[in-house]
Amino acid sequence: MEQIGDKDPVIIIGAGQAGFSVSTKLRDLGHSGPITLIGDEPQPPYQRPPLSKAYLLGEMSEERLYFRPRSFYEERSIDLRLGTAAEHIDRAKREVRLPDGTSLPYARLVLATGARPRQLPAAIGSALSGIYYVRNLADIDAMKSEFDAGRHVLVIGGGYIGLEAAAVASKLGLRVTLIEAAPRILQRVASAETAEYFRRLHREHDVDLREGVGLELLGGGDRVRRARLTDGSEMPVDFVIAGIGVHPNVELAESAGLSIDNGISVDACCRTSDPDILAVGDCASFPWNDARIRLECVGHAIDQAEAAARSIMGEMQGYRARPWFWSDQFDVKLQIAGLSLGYDAVVARVASDVVKSFWYFRGLDLLAVDAMNDPRVYMVAKRLIEAGKSPSREAVGDPGTDLKSLL
Amino acid sequence: MPRISIVAKDGAHFDIDATVGSSVMENAVRNSVPGIVDECGGACACATCHVYVDDAWIDRVGQPRSAEQDMLEFGYDVKPNSRLSCQIKVTEEQSQQSLRRSRPTTHRRPPSMSSPRAASLRGRA
Repeated sequence: MEQIGDKDPVIIIGAGQAGFSVSTKLRDLGHSGPITLIGDEPQPPYQRPPLSKAYLLGEMSEERLYFRPRSFYEERSIDLRLGTAAEHIDRAKREVRLPDGTSLPYARLVLATGARPRQLPAAIGSALSGIYYVRNLADIDAMKSEFDAGRHVLVIGGGYIGLEAAAVASKLGLRVTLIEAAPRILQRVASAETAEYFRRLHREHDVDLREGVGLELLGGGDRVRRARLTDGSEMPVDFVIAGIGVHPNVELAESAGLSIDNGISVDACCRTSDPDILAVGDCASFPWNDARIRLECVGHAIDQAEAAARSIMGEMQGYRARPWFWSDQFDVKLQIAGLSLGYDAVVARVASDVVKSFWYFRGLDLLAVDAMNDPRVYMVAKRLIEAGKSPSREAVGDPGTDLKSLL
Repeated sequence: MPRISIVAKDGAHFDIDATVGSSVMENAVRNSVPGIVDECGGACACATCHVYVDDAWIDRVGQPRSAEQDMLEFGYDVKPNSRLSCQIKVTEEQSQQSLRRSRPTTHRRPPSMSSPRAASLRGRA
């Protein structure tokens, strides 16, 4: 990709973590031409992880979620268009059409449109009120008033979103039932060993956690009042939270004829099938070893966005994913380094009942580590994985081994 | 209002207004101090907010809790005065002290923190 001219305009569609990071990185790299950052939410760009944790608990104000105050965008001449959903990309003219009918020209366009929550099917009763998804600030603001002690919430989905929502609800004194249709929680993202750790944690806090159980039907008048599950049980519920996965927002790209494959398809330099269009973050799939993946986490959104900004400035080093992730549930901090895709063995390192880590290997190669309340392990694992170093499985599994010796 | 003085990794000085009750990291990030990054929203999970605290202040900002100590133990370029700035709260007590220090008659430096080579902290040489 040729370096953009210093008066040339860049448009970024999507004002989440990735979109925001592209805009600031472009300025940091010295681009002085127009930058337009278009977001369909009314708020300036904000961080999502606290939504299902501190913000839902009421421990964090909305302003503290914003990456920067609004003045930042004016100071950096980043034209922030909020509450605006781009309508159409005209690739031939290199223009983006907005809902008011105006068109903005671009020399480079970055798609950072993110992902949206998968919805419950209509037939299951999803049109009832009192059913919430967990993605945007508006979602959490809508559900906050439901969180009164003693009420019963049904959480659908045993991934990180569902588990975090269950933990917060439990902490606030609600009765929680969590159902996961797959044989176990965290099926897609973690080992059976890690799932067992969190299964026990939630049950110890009286979460009624049911695996291999799905939702059959939600009933009520206009508001959800009861649920029937696939294990045959029926229960009254006060409200429902669904965390059942996301769809990447590829529609704008697809209408524009860009290549789509589990997201907007990009190469290692974040380029789509159009030479002047890039894509980053939750909406984009990229090459990883011999596969093509989408990574749904903050560190990836930031790093890939910065790689895209460098591509725009003509610096084509490309993006090398360094996946890492965290989740807070009750008093447990889970930290994950690496990507466990393709593992064939899990080695447990047990310091105590609550301080544990699971190390994922493929043959002798360390792929990833799940560390529960063990930040030292997490930091060591991150360094090992980033350096491409694999410790011996024996050393890892022996809690007597000094972590320092692994480095 | 308390003020925090930060020396960024390239030597640039930042004197910023800080809000009592927020973390040093939040104030640094809000003022776009380079090298102090907030990837995990202050959850003590990522160590991208690593700073060195000026010796005059290292005791006054309090001791790190064990979770922070654990994160720092195997961080990059960790020194005895290393802290994760998301875990340092700006307090009223500090505000009085920093107000004293900002009066023209005082010869003592305001609290200063310098940001280490964050590039190496995040794995880039």
